[in-house]
Amino acid sequence: MSIAAAIGDTLQEEHQPNEPKRKGKWVPYLLMLPGMLWLAIFFVVPIVSLFLTSLQTPVPGGQVGEFQQTFNFANYWDTLSDSTYYIPLFRSFVYSGIATLLALAIGYPLAYAIAFKSGKFRNLLLVLVIAPFFVSFILRTIAWRQILADEGPVVAVLRSVGLVGETAGVYPSAVAVIAGITYNFLPFMTLPIYASLERVDPRLIEASGDLYAKPFTGFRKVTWPLSMPGVVAGTLLTFIPAAGDYVNAALLGRPSNTMIGNRIEYTFLSVNDYPTAAVLSFILMACILTMVLVYIRRVGTEDLV
Amino acid sequence: MAKADITQAEGDLFLENITKQFGDFRAVNDLSLQVPQGSFFALLGPSGCGKTTTLRMVAGLEDPTAGRIRIGDADITYAKPYNRPVNTVFQNYALFPHMDIFENVAFGLKRRGIKDAKQQVDEALDLIQLSQVAKRKPLQLSGGQQQRVALARAIVNRPSVLLLDEPLGALDLKLRRQMQLELKRIQTEVGLTFIHVTHDQEEAMTMADTVAVMNEGIIEQMGPPTELYESPRTAFVANFLGQSNLFPAKVAETSGDDVILEDSDGRFVMPKARVSDRVVTDPGTEVLVGVRPEKISIARLEDAAPPPADGNFVDGRVTSASFLGVSTQYEVTTHGGDTINVFAQNLDVHNLVPQGEDVRLSWLPIHGFVLSGHDDINAGVEKNV
Repeated sequence: MSIAAAIGDTLQEEHQPNEPKRKGKWVPYLLMLPGMLWLAIFFVVPIVSLFLTSLQTPVPGGQVGEFQQTFNFANYWDTLSDSTYYIPLFRSFVYSGIATLLALAIGYPLAYAIAFKSGKFRNLLLVLVIAPFFVSFILRTIAWRQILADEGPVVAVLRSVGLVGETAGVYPSAVAVIAGITYNFLPFMTLPIYASLERVDPRLIEASGDLYAKPFTGFRKVTWPLSMPGVVAGTLLTFIPAAGDYVNAALLGRPSNTMIGNRIEYTFLSVNDYPTAAVLSFILMACILTMVLVYIRRVGTEDLV
Repeated sequence: MAKADITQAEGDLFLENITKQFGDFRAVNDLSLQVPQGSFFALLGPSGCGKTTTLRMVAGLEDPTAGRIRIGDADITYAKPYNRPVNTVFQNYALFPHMDIFENVAFGLKRRGIKDAKQQVDEALDLIQLSQVAKRKPLQLSGGQQQRVALARAIVNRPSVLLLDEPLGALDLKLRRQMQLELKRIQTEVGLTFIHVTHDQEEAMTMADTVAVMNEGIIEQMGPPTELYESPRTAFVANFLGQSNLFPAKVAETSGDDVILEDSDGRFVMPKARVSDRVVTDPGTEVLVGVRPEKISIARLEDAAPPPADGNFVDGRVTSASFLGVSTQYEVTTHGGDTINVFAQNLDVHNLVPQGEDVRLSWLPIHGFVLSGHDDINAGVEKNV
């Protein structure tokens, strides 16, 4: 049963005794109307348009950027078999995958500390997690150039411990791109995990200790499984936008670090090859959708409380 | 004393001079008690009296500020909760919502690496008569069923001491009665030491062999339920356990085994045995005379037989009479100005005394008790009644 139908039923049941059936029936649909219209105009129409664009072919003898509507599905295969496209696509998933794992490794302890150990500083710490949003995304990413610059503090420390050679640097590089992505999406990882940890009843953790679980076992058997909804939400909120991101690669990487987002931007705005850009967008979407579905299946969110 | 293995400790539970301080607030104050192995022990008191804090210290969830906790010879004062042979049935059950009932009950056994966990879990589920829901999740069970699962999850570990923190608080009255009997049955069957924390005096009296009444961090009185009820030692116990009529009086004289007391309504006789050990029976000492409402007979003044020489009586007027079915509750204002409650069994419904009638209340000397005059006469009276 759809949600709308379920709501409709509830309304009917509540009003049945004294009101005619038909009256409440349209209310849920009316409530949904603004949202549906918004999605239709700003999501469905553009996506259909994008799909049609992806099947276009150049006008014979036309100028750069002149295309005609055809149904040339070969565009997809041509793009996929071109290494200038599939390598950045693959790189995107590697970078965003690593960044997601790093953000989880940093965000989970952070969320845990805020939820269980912060006492009266809890609200302050939550504000601090969100505080970076008060500064523009682009500015913050550019700031990472300074942080990772050859004269900057990070490189100085890395050089002094010998992890980075005297002539080598960190920016621009894949490391810088991944660091930037990790940093930029950290709040999206931390906040959902915090929200689900905060709902974990501390008495459950006491109960696990009472039942002979040492602190780490108690965490593994009780806290971690109960925080899974937050972990799933956080990894999705990080991985999906990170895979399509092009700002970090553009500002912190070399040309050899380009991600699929950069290729789409370049193909669309510089080459004016609209069909190929559209094809890349669709492939990216399809890949993300597949990975997310497999991931959710594996983790089994419907089983979680 | 040989250092005993804490995880296997057995024997009586001893609390020795336990104090717990939270900032400026002293939750538990120099408390000592001994709980014999295999007994059903109740810690009874109003909310905030320190009973839950005491329980949490036994469980290892709080560290005492001072004092020692022992099981037999093993000192468990600062042992980690997971090292103690103690399990708790939490107030809200604290069942793991992501595990099914079987996994919940098996949790403790698995943590200790016990091999035939399955058989023991099955037995525990049989004991609480819930084998059929082993594969369900806690939220799919009713409150009463969750309560029993919480019990099974603790009992299956055969702890030396089982702690129950207001285990029946969330259940409705009928289910609570049923579970009280069930708990008692299970305790008798498994023979573990149960320590039951509750604010419900009826619950404590129904189940426990020994009840300790706690108030403001100390134990006011400890003993079998009948002893606490019949011979309260303090005004708090007299009021908190059931209802009591208390009124101030002075010691007039002592004669033989009796003490003669005096107040504005006349003189009362009390056997010395019924005087709290906290009272000195010198003439002039201020005391509180107590008598339970159900031990008082009420008669219309004109019908009243002349009081026997060794009986106690007061005259007064009925200010209210409520018919409750099994009994009638009278409120009588004595000529001296005290208010006395009387529960009279409805043996003969035509014999009810109407409001405004002059009556004589009488009771046997051995049914009264005498408390210290320093006690607060209203201590332990339930505010909402």
